[in-house]
Amino acid sequence: MSGRVLVGVKRVIDYAVKIRVKPDNTGVVTDGVKHSMNPFCEIAVEEAVKLKEKKLVKEVVAVSCGPQQSQETIRTALAMGADRGIHVEVSGNDYETLGPLQVSKIMAALAKKEDAQIIILGKQAIDDDCNQTGQMTAALLDWPQGTFASEVTLDGDKIKVVREIDGGLETIKINTPAVLTADLRLNTPRYATLPNIMKAKKKKIANVKPADLGVNLTSKLEVLRVEDPPQRQAGMKVETVEDLVGKLKELGKV
Amino acid sequence: MALREGALGVKMLFCCRTLHKFASFSGARSLSKQVSSQSVSPKPPEVADDHLIYTQEHFALKEALRKLIDQEINPYVDQWEAEGTFPAHKVFKILGNAGFLGVNKPVEYGGLGLDFSYSVAVAEELGSIRCGGIPMAIGVQSDMATPALARFGSDELKKEFLRPSIMGDKVACLGVSEVGAGSDVSSIKTKAVRKGDEYVISGGKMWTTNGTQADWMCLLANTSDGPPHKNKSLICLPMNLPGVHVARKINKIGMWSSDTAEVFFDDVRVPCKNVIGQEGLGFTYQMLQFQEERLWAVANIVTTMDSIIQETINYTRQRKVFQQPVLYHQAVHFRLAELQTEVELLRSLLYRATAMYIKGNDVTKLASMAKLKGGRLARELSDSCLQYWGGMGFTSDVPVSRFYRDSRLMSIGAGADEVMLGIICKYMDTLPRK
Repeated sequence: MSGRVLVGVKRVIDYAVKIRVKPDNTGVVTDGVKHSMNPFCEIAVEEAVKLKEKKLVKEVVAVSCGPQQSQETIRTALAMGADRGIHVEVSGNDYETLGPLQVSKIMAALAKKEDAQIIILGKQAIDDDCNQTGQMTAALLDWPQGTFASEVTLDGDKIKVVREIDGGLETIKINTPAVLTADLRLNTPRYATLPNIMKAKKKKIANVKPADLGVNLTSKLEVLRVEDPPQRQAGMKVETVEDLVGKLKELGKV
Repeated sequence: MALREGALGVKMLFCCRTLHKFASFSGARSLSKQVSSQSVSPKPPEVADDHLIYTQEHFALKEALRKLIDQEINPYVDQWEAEGTFPAHKVFKILGNAGFLGVNKPVEYGGLGLDFSYSVAVAEELGSIRCGGIPMAIGVQSDMATPALARFGSDELKKEFLRPSIMGDKVACLGVSEVGAGSDVSSIKTKAVRKGDEYVISGGKMWTTNGTQADWMCLLANTSDGPPHKNKSLICLPMNLPGVHVARKINKIGMWSSDTAEVFFDDVRVPCKNVIGQEGLGFTYQMLQFQEERLWAVANIVTTMDSIIQETINYTRQRKVFQQPVLYHQAVHFRLAELQTEVELLRSLLYRATAMYIKGNDVTKLASMAKLKGGRLARELSDSCLQYWGGMGFTSDVPVSRFYRDSRLMSIGAGADEVMLGIICKYMDTLPRK
């Protein structure tokens, strides 16, 4: 086994930023807005680095698909402990329409090229909330998947995954190679320490084009319109249960 | 819209995680308050290639430090301000582990050996801490008590005092000012009399930041009876030696979370080898590090001033007076524009001085000018902004009143305005000739 882990990291608008819709309703404003690594991708990187520190895997490779600035996101992963990075260059219109299906085709191609044993992704990105890339990647590779992982244990050539599901926690055992997606409580990502940030400068980031991997980026989806959610209306206070029922009937809710 | 709600959802989740983690500290802090404590939106990013002195690494450093501050420091600031102290050993250890206490210190002792521009980047980012006391305490640890030791101390001294300070294991303080001597450093009275291979120290120090928690003090004392600029030495003084009395924690009008002590020395015995560098050169060593100290203070306050302006904009945008937001009244938005202009001017001076300094130039004049302007602008800015908060500005619940109190120190500490003016006049050759 190669002992190699591929970790996908996505560059998204920072979670603390107030999102604004573009005046032409074609999307959200991204120019001049602070971006950072998707929080669930941070958790994925942390898990991969932890596995390497426990000597259960040999190499952690951080992958990001996007424009030039995606390299910053890869550098953050390197500063957290990843060994090297792969930047899949996607820009312009291709980047606007890039979605889970194309990314999972890229990840699958890279997994084969790099002979990866495990792929760890965040469970979803905080900009599109798709929660699809991990599942699609596993399907394309015909690999087992452990999604919404809150605990990961390597056991020989199998992985025990505790998953957070609606009803509680589900524990499964899957064969490697496999795809895992990280949920919130999997771990607490480390701070990139200053010495590691400086070391990350020397780590390599390879440049790859989607065409080199044989991936067609054409999207089958078209975004028609992006809007703000409706303004929240003021509520009403009532004195008694009868009043409440009366009001609900008035509004046609019961 | 999945986008916004999703983002909000994760934001809530994140605050949930942070809340859960710090439940023992935050107590009954409500979720919405947690979210709003990070309400000042992240500034739009500056492009690394276009910046005067910062590279990609500087920005990565700032991001990492920002995360650390958001998780480990800012959630507790209100509590520490109320308690009048902060857990220095705990906080410095967290910073030390991440490498932020020894940015420009030698690699052999755990530092990163980077140039001063990285220290300035750290100082700038520390300005996002929501009070003045904690950055001041960190600054003493990383850039005020240790530079002379790093440059001139013996290997043995550096192993015993510098390395643990960089790692965050030992808390440092600086003992220069006294009850009777502040601006006039040469007139300090604390004596270290040589007896065999020990010094016997008697006297006292005032305004000692971190003084109630420090493990060691970088002490300036008279070690001989010579001319006042040539008879002083810097000594590494362990604070647990018999005769060292931390007399009291001083009550100040601001910087509440930073403990400031008055310390007495009652025949304290310390080995002669604890002198940093050469005996008699203490005054010179102390003067050498002032350029860095002053630029550091400016870097720190520039970020804070930016966020006070932004918070004032946020407040006055939603607060209405005479049927429209306070912000819409021309006097208000024009004044804020004036203040922002001055902040940018100061920032430019900071970067210019830093760029020249890392090339090896003497920037004493520019550093003194920046410090002078920093102190005065902070007073002007905090006063003007507080006015626009109205009654709320006068309460303890808002950031602007804390800044008003904290920033007043800048014109006094680390070189009073009058001392800065004297230095500038010396360079302008306008002082009375003898």
